[in-house]
Amino acid sequence: MPDTPQVKSSFSWQIKKPIAGPIILALAAVFCAVFPLFGSTGTLRLMNEIMALMIMAQAWNLLAGFTGFVSIGQQAFIGIGAYGLFVTSIETGLNPFAAVFLGGLAAAVVGILSAPALFRLRGPYFAIGTWVLAELFRIVILNTQKFGSGSGLTLARVIKTIPREYRTSGTYWVALFLTVFTIFLVYFLLRSRFGLAVRTVRDNEASAESVGVNILRIKFIVFIISAFLTGCAGAISYLNTMFINPYATFSVEWSALLIFVVIIGGIGTIEGPFIGVLFYFFLRETLSDFGTWYIIALGLVAIAMMLFVPNGLWGMVSKRFNINLFPTGATVVMKKG
Amino acid sequence: MIAWIDTLIQGVLLGGFFALSGLGLSLSFGIMHIVNIAHGDFLVVAAYLCLVICGLFGLNPLLAIIIVIPLMFLFGYALQKTILNKGVDGGELSPLLITFGLSIILHNLLQEFFSADAKSLDVGAFEVASLNIGPLHIGWLPITILVTTLVVYYILHQIMESTKFGMIVRATVDDPEITSLMGVDTKKINCLGMGLSMTIVGIAGTLFGIKSSFFPLAGGLQLLFAFEAVIIGGMGSIWGTLLGGMSLGIAQTIGYRIGSGWGEFAGHLVFFLFLLLKPSGLLSKETQHA
Repeated sequence: MPDTPQVKSSFSWQIKKPIAGPIILALAAVFCAVFPLFGSTGTLRLMNEIMALMIMAQAWNLLAGFTGFVSIGQQAFIGIGAYGLFVTSIETGLNPFAAVFLGGLAAAVVGILSAPALFRLRGPYFAIGTWVLAELFRIVILNTQKFGSGSGLTLARVIKTIPREYRTSGTYWVALFLTVFTIFLVYFLLRSRFGLAVRTVRDNEASAESVGVNILRIKFIVFIISAFLTGCAGAISYLNTMFINPYATFSVEWSALLIFVVIIGGIGTIEGPFIGVLFYFFLRETLSDFGTWYIIALGLVAIAMMLFVPNGLWGMVSKRFNINLFPTGATVVMKKG
Repeated sequence: MIAWIDTLIQGVLLGGFFALSGLGLSLSFGIMHIVNIAHGDFLVVAAYLCLVICGLFGLNPLLAIIIVIPLMFLFGYALQKTILNKGVDGGELSPLLITFGLSIILHNLLQEFFSADAKSLDVGAFEVASLNIGPLHIGWLPITILVTTLVVYYILHQIMESTKFGMIVRATVDDPEITSLMGVDTKKINCLGMGLSMTIVGIAGTLFGIKSSFFPLAGGLQLLFAFEAVIIGGMGSIWGTLLGGMSLGIAQTIGYRIGSGWGEFAGHLVFFLFLLLKPSGLLSKETQHA
């Protein structure tokens, strides 16, 4: 029986309708939006740090958790985003809050240019390749006077042009906007037809290709989106501290932090990075009297999770109570007729 | 002209070290399919281990290496047996993430115990002695490192060609399923493989500590250099790694001649050029880095 066309037309796919997730997110966004009215400058700074890490973690998770490409060179995009912001606002006097997006664009451009070389590497080799990219940029900055060489740059002069009451809260608004934007972008991206293709590439490249998914294009688009978001977050992160140097900015510790956070929270979910980021800040703030031991603790927890609970904290909760705030998993449905 | 010959010789000598440390990484790629992100950090750990042994027994580092080697072998064996063999079941990315975690933990532990200050292994006057041929001055230390590298490569070649272990490894690389059906305990082979890789790391780490000063975070760059040597040389080829190390050494020395801050940059650039123009590397049977 020549039934191929019929089979094609009688199957479709659907994703569970979300209710709880977007509502919680909207409530959280409203709370965060009014937060500067009563929060202290110190708390705002901490919130900025949390949101920057949240964006970076979502971007890493988009790349790794949904497509399977692990990058340990995210510090390249963080650094380029941050330097992009510092250099443009110092040189041209552009408003630093607007320059956050230029930082993100710079990171995206570097992503576009480096993809042809990096995509020659697969799996773990891709990971180390991205790290080499970060090193290349660190060396260029170390050797360029205009970028402050090894001693770094400060935003002190630029920030003086901004009224005192907006200095921290300005960064906060940009960070909040980008956090909400990132979550919705990742969420809708993954619920779309494109998202389905992305996950097919992660699960099985060969079969994805055989049903007509253009793997290279998918990889490329996700990589660039991730680079852009990470660049913006890097810019926010250093706008918050107002000082950069090539050693800290391009440090591989950034990637380590992102990976630990996502693994602990739950890789491949939108909720996971949230939980992981909160866990990190909880650990850091409570163990702050013991030097760097909190990083050692974080690393040990991440390795233990990797070995024994590969779905992370959120995976555990979600399985136990069968909740899914941001459903992205598609199921095949059969149509009648 | 003499200056360029000098650059070339220095490059090959520097490359000898990259080839040695790249060999350790190449083995863990080849045998266990593990991309060991902590490779450079283990190199630094070996240097600290040698420092402690020298301090305890008042030994010369070149003698203390005899104690470092078996300790590193045991460490590698135990690491594979307790942690990495479990991670292998979770796909190829899980060992990568685990070793990355180990790397960060090691950075911080080394900092807690040895402070962030740079240390070095002292071998006395030998460190600066050089062989003078006309206008060329070639250090005895780099020559020793290069000779050690060649000897290690030769021994490894013999192990792979003429021992039972080597035969099993080659068979496993060719067809893992069949060898496993023949009753080969791949987990044990992995443990021995990691032990062997760490033995090389022990030798390379001690030499690293002698030739340059080291600090807790020094491992990251060493991983990248070892990795570049492997990729430039071509995956799956031991002799390729030797050539890759030399190429990287020469690229870096030329970079340093152009400007003192650009040596590493030139190396990274050559690595990227290889990815773009000849991704299979200098000597490789494979076409892609799968």
